[in-house]
Amino acid sequence: MFGNPMFARTIPELMIAYLIRRILYAIPILIGVNLLTFALFFVVNTPDDMARMQLGIKRVTPEAIENWKQQRGYDKPLLINRAAGGADKITDTIFWQKSAGMFVLDFGYSDDGRSIGREIATRMGPSLAIALPTFMIGLVVYVSFALLMTLFRATALDIAGVALCVLLMSVSGLFYIIGGQFLVSKLWHLVPISGYAGGADSLRFVVLPIMIGVAGGIGSSSRWYRTIFLEEIGKDYVRTARAKGLSELAVLFRHVLKNAMIPILTGVVVVIPLLFMGSLLTESFFGIPGLGSYTIDAINAQDFSVVRAMVFLGSLLYIVGLILTDVSYTIVDPRVRLS
Amino acid sequence: MNFMPVILWSDALVFLLLAAGIACAWYVRRHEHLLLPWRRVAQSATAMVSLLVLSLFLVVGLLDTLHFRAALPEKNGGVTVYTPEVLSVFDKLVEPLRMHTEKTYSAPLATTLYTKESITGVQGNVVRDYPRLRYGGAHLADVQQRDSDVLWRALVGAASGLMVGLLIVGITSLLWMQNLDGNNPPQSPLVRGDARTPPLTRGGWEGLAHLKKYIDSNSALIIAALILATLIGMLANLAAFYHVLGTDKVGQDVLYLSLKSIRTGLIIGTVTTLVTLPLALLLGIAAGYLRGWVDDVIQYIYTVLSSIPSVLLIAAAVLMMQVTIETHPEWFDTSASRADLRLVFLCLILGMTSWTGLCRLLRGETLKLRELEYIQAAQAFGVSSLRILTRHIVPNVMHIILIALVMDFSALVLAEAVLSYVGVGVDPSMISFGTMINGARLEMGREPMVWWALAAAFGFMLALVLAANLFADAVRDAFDPRLNRTEAVA
Repeated sequence: MFGNPMFARTIPELMIAYLIRRILYAIPILIGVNLLTFALFFVVNTPDDMARMQLGIKRVTPEAIENWKQQRGYDKPLLINRAAGGADKITDTIFWQKSAGMFVLDFGYSDDGRSIGREIATRMGPSLAIALPTFMIGLVVYVSFALLMTLFRATALDIAGVALCVLLMSVSGLFYIIGGQFLVSKLWHLVPISGYAGGADSLRFVVLPIMIGVAGGIGSSSRWYRTIFLEEIGKDYVRTARAKGLSELAVLFRHVLKNAMIPILTGVVVVIPLLFMGSLLTESFFGIPGLGSYTIDAINAQDFSVVRAMVFLGSLLYIVGLILTDVSYTIVDPRVRLS
Repeated sequence: MNFMPVILWSDALVFLLLAAGIACAWYVRRHEHLLLPWRRVAQSATAMVSLLVLSLFLVVGLLDTLHFRAALPEKNGGVTVYTPEVLSVFDKLVEPLRMHTEKTYSAPLATTLYTKESITGVQGNVVRDYPRLRYGGAHLADVQQRDSDVLWRALVGAASGLMVGLLIVGITSLLWMQNLDGNNPPQSPLVRGDARTPPLTRGGWEGLAHLKKYIDSNSALIIAALILATLIGMLANLAAFYHVLGTDKVGQDVLYLSLKSIRTGLIIGTVTTLVTLPLALLLGIAAGYLRGWVDDVIQYIYTVLSSIPSVLLIAAAVLMMQVTIETHPEWFDTSASRADLRLVFLCLILGMTSWTGLCRLLRGETLKLRELEYIQAAQAFGVSSLRILTRHIVPNVMHIILIALVMDFSALVLAEAVLSYVGVGVDPSMISFGTMINGARLEMGREPMVWWALAAAFGFMLALVLAANLFADAVRDAFDPRLNRTEAVA
């Protein structure tokens, strides 16, 4: 049994082998995403349809359509270019130039001629400036609120807390943004309504979006964490801990919180890479030049290449999140093996 | 006939859902073990009150689903010509609300417009002032009387609403007591000898005691029904003479818009399940039961779909749908059918992006179930796979489906507003909470602010979503087998 080479390896080696395997698994999924976006953007509607839509339905000449397609490189065959020779048969096609390039993060150009890759790189900063603090403050607030409700479970405080959560989660996310902007910026004039500036000056612009982002999630998240904690608190080890004479607080923090880490991580780690994408609503309401507002602008301008790039980037980050989740399990729970 | 019934695509789907719902209800009624969890739902006061609110929304939505096109008065050479405008029974019921359009914004219960205009006075002089509304408070000779008039009409409306409410509560309680004896025939005539006579005909104290028992066990529901009846009476009486919630930019009554938005929200929340349910059920159970390569393929499909952030996937799909709709104008005979098809497509897209979660749950549950002894016994007896699936697996995952569907409903209603804001929601010409908010949010900067359209949209949405959430919680509590019942009772 000890001759098994698995046992001879060290933990980091295992980790690297595991990561490589997981990345290999991710490739077919990304290929699937790529094919799906390709089908959605080029097969459901031909480039001619898109040209007609953007140039206006009624008065559009075939020359104008050809011109539009040529400018954007849509004038090639979809999958196989029979006119070309050699490797160009495959590479001189829409699929190769518009879809396959995304695997090496080559996103091409948007309709106004800018490099999408460069836009993404510069816009990630502002997106993160909002999304990361929202995520971290939110996590602390939600978990604390949920712990408080768990501590006072089945009392009036708990019932009021749950009722508050249900009420808060029934309010539209748009209301938090509009209401917050009205109250804090228009009525109290504490921070500017919208806008963004780099460096230290950015603080007064990001405070309100962060606050609103945290407030908007209190309802559903706190209630979810409370459910997790309540599930843990009914287990036998908690009874044992209480029987040993531990105080309720010690039980909650030292035992319940630790054991609830696995379900918490499952929901939390996945979204960390997606923070780069920013929030569509917040960024567009507050005029923050991040990826979220980039996406919204592209949707409104019907810039298909940008939307395509964001779809691919989003799923790439999601898959990274899934891998990170699995790795994080091994850190908090020694029973979880990388296999 | 002076009208032509119109069945839009979404109408047909709603009718289909309604028929399916009634069939399910009829089936459940005949099976005591299926009825049991619903009895638990019925015991919860919050659930029943939210069900009452939800059914009010549902009635408005259903009335708004019966569409028709009215005939034009002049005939074109003997052939009846119909208006291109598609109306609903609900539109006809609240005709004053629909027809009383002002010039532009006016505040709730206002008698004048929100903006100043040049008015030619009696002496021919031109003054800048707030002009009187065409309909809101037009019956008043003097604007000063408005407050007392509003108060009086509100009181009269509230009183008549309360009367109607009391009447309805009275009739239902009578029916309930008749039903009590009709449904529970006495097991032994010796024990409950007089129970065959309906309690009220027995009269006297016994009848009153029954009534008290009914009121006690349903007090929350009765109070909620009376409050709602009072509110509706008040609103209805005022709405005939004022714009209770003001008017929007083009002068449409905001109350009318809010009520019309209900149908859109309900359709997004329910029709989507028509796509979600078959896909998730079929694929989830197939993956869990057949395993092997089927499982691999299905898992691959849902992993790919769920790895794309849903807003982006929806946005991409809706953009493509827009291209298809724009390039095929010949598909639609009225603008309503165009907006309607877009709504149906939106539901399809939402369904395509949201079935993966339920599918994963069903796959997991089926994997667990197929290892259980009774299913292995069925397999050993040579029962066919199809029969095992329909007889043993599907009924045992139904609670998961039901919980997922009621939980999804409120999320979908909220999503509609967000998607419409992003620009990938319903057609801009379709009245919905999202388009209301979208239209009103640009007026935030005005001084004084135009707040009423936003408030109305958010208020109605909150009422709908809160009721749906509370009801969903009760359903989950009643159906979730993981909950310890004895603890829940104690």
